[in-house]
Amino acid sequence: MSHLHDPAFLRGMTQPRTRREAFRIAGLSAAGLALAACGVQGQKAAPPKADAVKDYWAKQTKHGRVVFANWPEYMPEDQAPLKKFQSETGISYQYKEVIQENAEFFGKADPVLRAGQPLGYDIVVMTNGVQLQHMIQLGYCVALDHSKLPNFAANAGEAYKNRAYDPGSTYTIPYTSGVTGIAYNTKYVKDDITSIEALFDPKYKGRVGMMGDAQEIANFGMIALGVNPEKSTEADWKKAGEKLKAQRDAGIVRKYYDQSYIDAVSKGDVWVTMAWSGDVFQRQLAGEPVKFVVPEEGGTIWTDNMLIPKGAANPVDALMLMDYLYQPAVAAELDEFIQFVTPVPGVQDILKEKAAKAAGEDKKALEQMVASPLMFPSEADYAKLRTYTSLTTQQEQVFNPIFQSITQA
Amino acid sequence: MKRLTPYLLALPSWMWLAVFLVVPMAAMASVSLQTGNAIDGFAMTFSFSNYADALGRYSTQLVRSLWYGGLATVAMLVIGYPVAYWIAFKGGSRKSVYLFMLLLPFFVSFVLRTISWGFLLADDGVLFGTLKGWGLLPADFHVLATTVAVVGGLTYNFLPFMILPIYVALERVDPRVVEAAYDLYASRTAAFRRVVLPLSLPGVFAGVLMTFVPATADPVNAQVLGGTGNTMIGNIIQTEYLTNLNYPTASALSFTLMAVLLIGIFIYARALGTENVLEAAAR
Repeated sequence: MSHLHDPAFLRGMTQPRTRREAFRIAGLSAAGLALAACGVQGQKAAPPKADAVKDYWAKQTKHGRVVFANWPEYMPEDQAPLKKFQSETGISYQYKEVIQENAEFFGKADPVLRAGQPLGYDIVVMTNGVQLQHMIQLGYCVALDHSKLPNFAANAGEAYKNRAYDPGSTYTIPYTSGVTGIAYNTKYVKDDITSIEALFDPKYKGRVGMMGDAQEIANFGMIALGVNPEKSTEADWKKAGEKLKAQRDAGIVRKYYDQSYIDAVSKGDVWVTMAWSGDVFQRQLAGEPVKFVVPEEGGTIWTDNMLIPKGAANPVDALMLMDYLYQPAVAAELDEFIQFVTPVPGVQDILKEKAAKAAGEDKKALEQMVASPLMFPSEADYAKLRTYTSLTTQQEQVFNPIFQSITQA
Repeated sequence: MKRLTPYLLALPSWMWLAVFLVVPMAAMASVSLQTGNAIDGFAMTFSFSNYADALGRYSTQLVRSLWYGGLATVAMLVIGYPVAYWIAFKGGSRKSVYLFMLLLPFFVSFVLRTISWGFLLADDGVLFGTLKGWGLLPADFHVLATTVAVVGGLTYNFLPFMILPIYVALERVDPRVVEAAYDLYASRTAAFRRVVLPLSLPGVFAGVLMTFVPATADPVNAQVLGGTGNTMIGNIIQTEYLTNLNYPTASALSFTLMAVLLIGIFIYARALGTENVLEAAAR
């Protein structure tokens, strides 16, 4: 429930529903009735046929508008990259910060897409993980036309072109990546934390934050046991579960957090916590006493991906915007603000040049960014980073209860 | 035509009920008996064991929710009754000002208010940070991430729904009835116990209903203010629906919660004497 902290969500809660939405709700209720009568249809999709993809794109035309649904704090406040896109292409945009959590977003999108209705967005950003997997499996993503993505082909890093969860970038291209590691409050923790064992240290009893998300916490349990989550088995999950349960029962964990962990560690409610890299970096720049490390045993790397949902009204415009963001200059401008890991390696050089020209505070900030392993991980850093485990539906039904019985006891 | 008019006028409300109550309930009842998964689909198998499974796995959280909801309701009654009493009988001409002040915080969204408590109660925040600075509290004292924080949050968030109905009931008490009690040599305590309190019971009944039910089902307070052992049934239902896409279990849990609450309410209504209460409320 990371949205609890998000002003966009709170704003959403107080906005009046439009008439069109009311109709949509009525439509959903009707879908509910149909569902009551005959069960919920499965929609497992076969891989797209090349011809079908070609036919689909041949039929689409540019409409001059695009609706982009993204996470909060993922775009400079002045929306400069999007404005430039608008003036260069003549495509007007709507930018909506409506995604605060994958599970929640999927939970809302699923019934709409299942009923064959459009979501109202042309681009959606989702993290690689169970929900994105579901989106692909259920056929909720439009297969991309790579002939319209020249910048992606030219400028994306190799690792970002070959992603195990979407081979050949059939349905998605990355928006940005980030690392899950450990953050600690230097006001309360005087030692340098380097090991994942700090999260299990009785010294910090009641002052440790863990993440409530099953995949995140499972990964850290397994990394602590020396298991590579990408190659883990059911037995490993159980062992990790036992370790995490012991950690909870010993009173070491204060709480299983969503996005709110970052406030808790800045305020000192927890001293050591699992954390996402960019969040911590933004807080550091704001002068708060927090530090981020990738534990020597390893951390998790994840990627937020852009996709076009089934039924999108403006797929051609969406594809143009997705590709536009892969121009190195645009990617650099974006990354300077969001400070996660960009999929365009050329950005580092651009920011270096900019730092050379800048002066004062700006120069310092830019130099820090260029040197930061949180924004530009080295080969050695990448080698320590693991991705989420891919799970089948059957495996999920084993995996989730193991870790949810710990986080939601 | 004339004979049809009342029915036509009632049509919008019937439609409303059908679309927003009957259809979702029927759908949920149906889903709660299906088996399958979100990818391959769910099929109706009349699997009543969904209920047994869900209860077996989550009885702890269900009992805990009823317990928290009950504690919060009692706390609200203890705090709310005197407040309602004071506004109704001592508020004078400024009654509406007091009522407005009572409602003012509720112009802010529910979630935001709960998060604000997180800031107020932070370990080294405005309140406890200061008290700790003065040496009045031990350094590792904390309220956040405990049962006290969750029950406190529930109490705060639903308090007006307890106060308002009681206020309305008290406000309608004819002062001459109380005067009559005094004329008949009742002490202040006796007048309250035998005249005012019975007359305010419909308000108390409504207040308890309007607070106990949402407080028990609430997921937000446990999520924002709770710790490792404070998960409530609302959080579980949310996880099962949105994260696990386990619609049958989530529906079964929702129905179980509803049934438990309904049974509780019926027992409570009986204990308080429904006829009396309804009669009084209908006046």
